[in-house]
Amino acid sequence: MTVAAQENIVRTSQSVRVGIYLALIVFALFYLLPFGIMVINSVKPLIEITEGNMIALPREWTIDPWLSAWSTAQIGVEPTGLRPYFVNSIVMALPAVAISTALGAINGYILTKWQFRGATLIFGLLLFSCFIPFQIVLIPMARVLGVLNIAGTTYGLILVHVVYGLGFSTLFFRNFYAAFPNELVRAAQIDGAGFFRIFWRIMLPSSGPILAVCCIWQFTNIWNDFLFGASFASGSAAPMTVSLNNLVNSSTGVREYNVHFAGAILAAGPTLLVYIIAGRYFVRGLMAGSVKG
Amino acid sequence: MGFLNINGVSKSYGSLKVLHGIDIEVEEGEFLVLVGPSGCGKSTLLNLIAGLEDITDGEILIRDRVINGVHPSERNIAMVFQSYALYPNMTVGQNITFGLEMHGVSKKERKIALDEVAKLLRIENLLHRKPKQLSGGQRQRVAMGRALVRNPDVFLFDEPLSNLDAKLRVDMRTEIKKLHQNLGTTIVYVTHDQIEAMTLSSRIAVMNDGYVQQLGTPKEIYDNPQNIFVATFMGSPAMNLIPAIVRALDDGTVAEISLYDGSLEHLPFGRADMNSWDGREILLGLRPEMITDEESADRKSQNIARIKNRIEVTEPAGSDTFISMQAGGKSIVARMKSDIDVKPDQVFPFAINMDKAVIFDPVEGIRIQANISS
Ligand SMILES: Nc1ncnc2c1ncn2[C@@H]1O[C@H](COP(=O)(O)OP(=O)(O)OP(=O)(O)O)[C@@H](O)[C@H]1O
Ligand SMILES: [Mg+2]
Repeated sequence: MTVAAQENIVRTSQSVRVGIYLALIVFALFYLLPFGIMVINSVKPLIEITEGNMIALPREWTIDPWLSAWSTAQIGVEPTGLRPYFVNSIVMALPAVAISTALGAINGYILTKWQFRGATLIFGLLLFSCFIPFQIVLIPMARVLGVLNIAGTTYGLILVHVVYGLGFSTLFFRNFYAAFPNELVRAAQIDGAGFFRIFWRIMLPSSGPILAVCCIWQFTNIWNDFLFGASFASGSAAPMTVSLNNLVNSSTGVREYNVHFAGAILAAGPTLLVYIIAGRYFVRGLMAGSVKG
Repeated sequence: MGFLNINGVSKSYGSLKVLHGIDIEVEEGEFLVLVGPSGCGKSTLLNLIAGLEDITDGEILIRDRVINGVHPSERNIAMVFQSYALYPNMTVGQNITFGLEMHGVSKKERKIALDEVAKLLRIENLLHRKPKQLSGGQRQRVAMGRALVRNPDVFLFDEPLSNLDAKLRVDMRTEIKKLHQNLGTTIVYVTHDQIEAMTLSSRIAVMNDGYVQQLGTPKEIYDNPQNIFVATFMGSPAMNLIPAIVRALDDGTVAEISLYDGSLEHLPFGRADMNSWDGREILLGLRPEMITDEESADRKSQNIARIKNRIEVTEPAGSDTFISMQAGGKSIVARMKSDIDVKPDQVFPFAINMDKAVIFDPVEGIRIQANISS
């Protein structure tokens, strides 16, 4: 079997290889096409789009739609552009990612290295939050936020995202730490390191790959979330995704498609950036977890 | 009072009892080896001494101080793990001094201690490497360094050599032995390798099913096993246990065994105290080296029995040749010198050293009497 497979690889002719690459390029283009269209149309004057030439390259290049989307476009009733909401999203996503990842790491550490009665049950319940449809929790959550007096604020959103991010971040770290030798923890105990010292000095420094996975996963989910944002943080506290919707659906005046495209790219920008910068860590981290586990 | 006292220690996991009333007294500077088959509770006992598991019943004392409930880091013990358990994110030097750092030892003193240990173990040139850049033997040394640097009262080793290849294992075994001789430290060492147990220990505790089967010097364990388990577990090839019947004859008491052709042979015990067993079945314990050819037989022996038996298989093993044959309805092994000229199916005269024979009750599995010799 393997010998045959190897021969296959060696014998793959030039033409076959060209075919493979062509197919791959076609697929890549297929996936990139919508993004390409967005970019093209975001640097066109509106008139060129309304004439019906969506696919064509701009006759006249302009960055005005970008500037408008960023700082002057009508969002709902205010002509603020997306900027304040972009800031909202950053202010929401960064702490939410940091807190849910940190808690997930500690949870994973406890669930694997400090086993207690009922640990499996608690882990099961945490996992539940990974798969629960979020519509179900909207109303109870609204009530909780109301009681805590943080309804409609970015703090409220941070809390919601931390709570619902915890399931996945715990899952990631639990599986990663399950493959982490218990003897290391025991050795550290004999050396005199306590609970947090072991975590800080030994577990965490070895957790690079899974930290990357968890941060990317959480950031993408939290940044892209629309449901919670629309439900719990309307008005000036709204995150980017909600304000993008408001931009597109603003009822006054003409529909500025080029501005919408620019806004959409702005909204997608951070997650794209994260994938481009840290994507390979993501793959590597997932591999590390799965292979070792 | 010993240096390390284990008094009636039991351990249960829920309803599963894995250690039953273990009593062991270890003197200062002693090298105690815990040996036994997989799952017999060796690691568990070691973990109890280390404080990594809670003691269910009984108490453990080090230097007359009860250490039940004392945190592992406060017991002044050090442990070397089977997997070495080196912290992957730290350099060798940091690995070795981590414990000192946790105990608030100043950086300067840590450096001095590190240099000393590194020199002792010849790992000076590795101090800046990460564990994954080390070979198995080097990791082993670093793990020992981490234990040594703390200058503990008791060293605990849990199968430290089992991850090494055969040759390196022998080298490291010698090295551990030397280290023990030079430093005179008290060591409790777990292994399931009985050669390691024999060569390293000053005393051996043979364990099975959570009980200490026998505690004694290697020689005691080898020559005077107290039960069938110890007799067959220690020694390679294992001790032969030949079903025999006791016959009290006029010229002395003998063990009657059947040979390859069904003929019965009488092996004199050379002692009178087996008379009371007249007509009863026993298991006659003979180590392979006690069954040999006439020339190799122990000249100091008072009591050599001679039998003729048919050779079934010969297995040259370099320094010796092992021969199997039928006796008492079982296949037994004899150990001959390597250049012996024998062939399968040949009927060959064997000399049996009955001085060192040990006798077991086949029902209870325990030794019937003290050995005649010694
Ligand atoms: N945490 C635990 N929970 C339940 N049973 C356990 C636990 N740890 C060990 N045991 C049981 O205790 C018994 C003794 O285990 P231990 O690890 O001490 O064996 P061992 O003699 O060290 O064996 P090995 O040579 O394979 O290392 C085994 O039967 C094992 O299944
Ligand atoms: Mg073990």
